[in-house]
Amino acid sequence: MDPLESKETYKQYVDKKSPNSPILKNCFNAFWVGGLICSIGQIIFNICKERGFDTQMSGTIVSIILIGIVAFLTGLNLFNKIGKFAGAGSLIPITGFANSIVSPAMEYKSEGHVMGIGGKMFTVAGPVLVFGISTSIVVGILYLIFNAQSITLV
Amino acid sequence: MEKIGEQTIKFNTPPTILECAAIVGPKEAQGPLAKYFDQTLDDEFWGEKTWEKAESKIIKETVSTVISKAGISSKEIDCMFAGDLLNQCISSCFGLRQLNIPFFGVFGACSTFVESLMLGSICVEGFANKVLCATSSHFCSAEKQFRFPLELGNQRPPSSQWTVTGSGAAILSKSGKGPYVTNITPGKIVDMGIKDANNMGAAMAPAFADTLISHLVDTGRNPSYYDAIFSGDLGYIGKEIVIDILKSKGYNIKSNYNDCGVLIFDKTSQDTHSGGSGCACCGTVFSGYLFKQLREKKLKKILLIATGALTNSTTTQQGETIPRNCTRN
Repeated sequence: MDPLESKETYKQYVDKKSPNSPILKNCFNAFWVGGLICSIGQIIFNICKERGFDTQMSGTIVSIILIGIVAFLTGLNLFNKIGKFAGAGSLIPITGFANSIVSPAMEYKSEGHVMGIGGKMFTVAGPVLVFGISTSIVVGILYLIFNAQSITLV
Repeated sequence: MEKIGEQTIKFNTPPTILECAAIVGPKEAQGPLAKYFDQTLDDEFWGEKTWEKAESKIIKETVSTVISKAGISSKEIDCMFAGDLLNQCISSCFGLRQLNIPFFGVFGACSTFVESLMLGSICVEGFANKVLCATSSHFCSAEKQFRFPLELGNQRPPSSQWTVTGSGAAILSKSGKGPYVTNITPGKIVDMGIKDANNMGAAMAPAFADTLISHLVDTGRNPSYYDAIFSGDLGYIGKEIVIDILKSKGYNIKSNYNDCGVLIFDKTSQDTHSGGSGCACCGTVFSGYLFKQLREKKLKKILLIATGALTNSTTTQQGETIPRNCTRN
């Protein structure tokens, strides 16, 4: 068979020839590292509750602590190694978000504080913010439409 | 100089590759070819503040190494061809601005080194006595421009390749005892529609096959005419694809073909996935390893075909591939 017969045949041939990512291994690592990160979050949460903070405040404290730890680990050039190992496990929790803001800030430091750090800090996290905030606005509008009555009651 | 066949140029007084030099980064220094390079660096910064400055320094030092190894003064060089991966070829421009040699900037992605050699050879066959060709690339500056920040915790797919940190430089001369550049075959732009920017080997392989076949048809040679055929940096996946494609076209190159991106790293211990890439891949492997093999007559006739994938950092679309091809014996 001639793989170069057409673009379509070549694409199929290349897909067959290129090795796939080790999905099972990646899923397993993502599962336990992601679980571990969430468990650490839960432990911090429980400690906060014990110390008398309410649920909302405890959640905020968990976020702040996890973000702080990850920003620090990113600065030490350690979090990218965790991310390479765990993939989505460390990417999906708030840890991935913190890493995606700190890493461009470090990378573009050489271009100056304003246009470098300031301008490039959100190159990776930007899309998440744009669509995250857009979605919340849409959901908010929908809520307003379908629950107009309950809102007026408030 | 005359054109033979469809797209090959044959030199009547073949230019000699007078001298070569290569400097590589720390990861390449741990690779299997480490002992062939002129200098290996301990860290990616080499005392500079940014990766871009470090890359400029690498190409600058490589060029001064090759000039001093050749035992000539920079005034004897009529012009130079150089390029790299960064926008506007800034590493070459900043690195070589103090040399006071007429400069041509070249961009051919990973094929830049061979493209420079080809253009340089044409000059030597024409007006020039000595021409300098140099390229560089830097893993960190390339990742920064084309992909993600280094500290970002993401996973690289198995088909991705690792940009070589380093620089290769060569001086071409009108007179000399060889190795000679006898024929060059500029490749056509081949686009087989691969859009995955992490699978450059697959994007470039059809271009390699096209150029190789054109070269063989133009010169009336067989693959076995050459002691060895090298591709620029197709990597492991591209290498396998090329062997398959050529087999289906009736050419068997399995026994004397290898790839610079495969040679420069040890896949299992260095975690480089599909192999090396970047301007410096073919540049350092040729300047460091292959040139010495030619000079020591361990290899007599080689065919070096470098291919470049034009990855645009704005669209991140792998559009076309530009293969270049160069033969020497």
